[in-house]
Amino acid sequence: MTRPSTTRPDTSVAVRMGTEPSRLVRWVILGVVGLVFSIPIVAMVVFSFRDGLGGGYTLAHWTGLFDEDAARTYRNLFTGIGNSLLLAVVTVGIVLLVLLPTMILVHLQFPRLRRTLEFICIIPITVPAIVLVVGLAPVYSVVVKVAGGSVWTLAFAYGITVLPYAYRAIQSNLDAVDVVTLSEAGRTLSANWGQTLWFVLLPNLKRGVLAASFISVAVVLGEFTIASLLNRTNLQTALLQVSQSDPYVAVIFALLALAFAFILLLSIGRIGRTRTGSSS
Amino acid sequence: MSITAPERTQTPEPASGATVELNGVVKSYGSTRALTGIDLAIAPGEFIALLGPSGCGKTTALRALSGLEQIDGGSIVIDGVNVESVPTNKRDIGMVFQSYSLFPHMTVLENVEFGLRMRRVAKADRRSRAGDALEMVGLGEHGDRFAHQLSGGQQQRVALARALVTRPRVLLLDEPLSALDAKVRVQLREEIRRITTDLGITTVFVTHDQEEALAVADRVAVMRAGRIEQIGTPEQLYATPVNTFVADFVGLTSRVPAEVVDGAVLVHGTRLPLLGETQPDGPVLAYIRPEDVAIASPGDAGAIEASVVSSSFLGSLRRTVFALTDGSLISVQHAVEEHPEVGAQAWLRLKASAVAASPRR
Repeated sequence: MTRPSTTRPDTSVAVRMGTEPSRLVRWVILGVVGLVFSIPIVAMVVFSFRDGLGGGYTLAHWTGLFDEDAARTYRNLFTGIGNSLLLAVVTVGIVLLVLLPTMILVHLQFPRLRRTLEFICIIPITVPAIVLVVGLAPVYSVVVKVAGGSVWTLAFAYGITVLPYAYRAIQSNLDAVDVVTLSEAGRTLSANWGQTLWFVLLPNLKRGVLAASFISVAVVLGEFTIASLLNRTNLQTALLQVSQSDPYVAVIFALLALAFAFILLLSIGRIGRTRTGSSS
Repeated sequence: MSITAPERTQTPEPASGATVELNGVVKSYGSTRALTGIDLAIAPGEFIALLGPSGCGKTTALRALSGLEQIDGGSIVIDGVNVESVPTNKRDIGMVFQSYSLFPHMTVLENVEFGLRMRRVAKADRRSRAGDALEMVGLGEHGDRFAHQLSGGQQQRVALARALVTRPRVLLLDEPLSALDAKVRVQLREEIRRITTDLGITTVFVTHDQEEALAVADRVAVMRAGRIEQIGTPEQLYATPVNTFVADFVGLTSRVPAEVVDGAVLVHGTRLPLLGETQPDGPVLAYIRPEDVAIASPGDAGAIEASVVSSSFLGSLRRTVFALTDGSLISVQHAVEEHPEVGAQAWLRLKASAVAASPRR
């Protein structure tokens, strides 16, 4: 992780000569990438204002969301949004309470298990969601018996699907910080393990933890296959359902989901940047 | 109790250091034995250096003392209490690490306050004590900086202030100077010595640099392969090394082929007293220190023929390496006024100091 340049005079920003692209090249790259990303989004925005096949434009699709009967019509969609947000929270909880402590423990106390942990965490990316579901279906018949059939139990499956992403985000932060020395310094300064974790390690792992949380939220909000095949309702399954009856509303909600993810990204970047001097 | 900025005029506080004893401490990593029974008794306020090549177990010994490493046998006793089951955070020790260990998300002042904060010292009190500790290491003005805005030497000073602010019973220094450049290293080691003396704290300093160890420590323990080979004052180690390893490690000793004859060492015709245990007659390698050799004139009695290999100017003296007729190299310390020319013929004279020797195959 690179250290952001600060305004302090004594920090110099290293620039390797000859590797910096010229201003023009930078703008061209930015322009092309920007177009690739913005064309579908702009098309969605335009589509959401289209008035049927007539060619005119209308605000009706957007204002329709606030109609009295909208809540009834789109009830399933709102349920899906609620479920997805709940799943996002539980999944992030699993990442923070299970994966993060495990990784720190392995890094500090059992470095020989690091390869094994990495292997386990990377496996889910090699298994397509549809294959995962085949294996998960019988597991979930047990899960339903034990934990009930409510939607949050899906987070167990999501906790597995986000593993590779969350693992990488946290691991790169662990590698960038001398966690071993910092924790030993903490302990010689009378901090117990809990205090060392809370006051010393977590503040220095903030970036990795936030990135892992964000990417988990993004993965959960975009998940369709598992929810669909296990007959649960989440944002994506609801969007598909709505799009079959009202494509405009589906697009509007897809846009809102994008905007939400965008705001999440911005705010996480903002939090990560507080106290410039503290980055590692 | 608070840390007072130790100005030279101030009377130092009474010694607050603890006694430390290592009794037969054993530590293994798998099949490798890092410590093979270390015995060491340290008096209150004493400054001990653990000296040895890398992998000799000196850092392991220090970490065992801190509790960061569990020992497999023996006992560690601080102030009469066996600390085997006491975790690091309860051992009341301060430690400075080889790598920079300041918490990067905290300011310098917050770093120094950390130990007091963990001990639930009131905010105002810990502010002032942390400020005093920073003054002590000469960084009173840098409290609001972050670690990455400091030089390596400054970071280690802060780490020292952080380790000392809680007034620990024992200060452990794990090669704190090895990442610094030569000038800062000398400056900081003097300062560490001054501060620990003023505070009267028991200090264990780990280093692989013999000059550093001899310069600052009250006593030096020379370690090899998990054992203490010799422990003594710098003068004792230098004058009477117990074996060739110590002789070789302490000082810039040259190894010259020689013979033991009737309990003395015969080096190129000069008889020198033998250090340590008597040895049977036979071929040996004699360990000769650079200050025990002088440049002689061709006609001098016992002059040894040699040729100049290289010569370096070291400020107050000059060190020249000569090749003897048997091909062995010998380094000589002499006055700067003498300028040996590389390749030129020269004569050397051995001073009558006792030398260490080891049997030669």
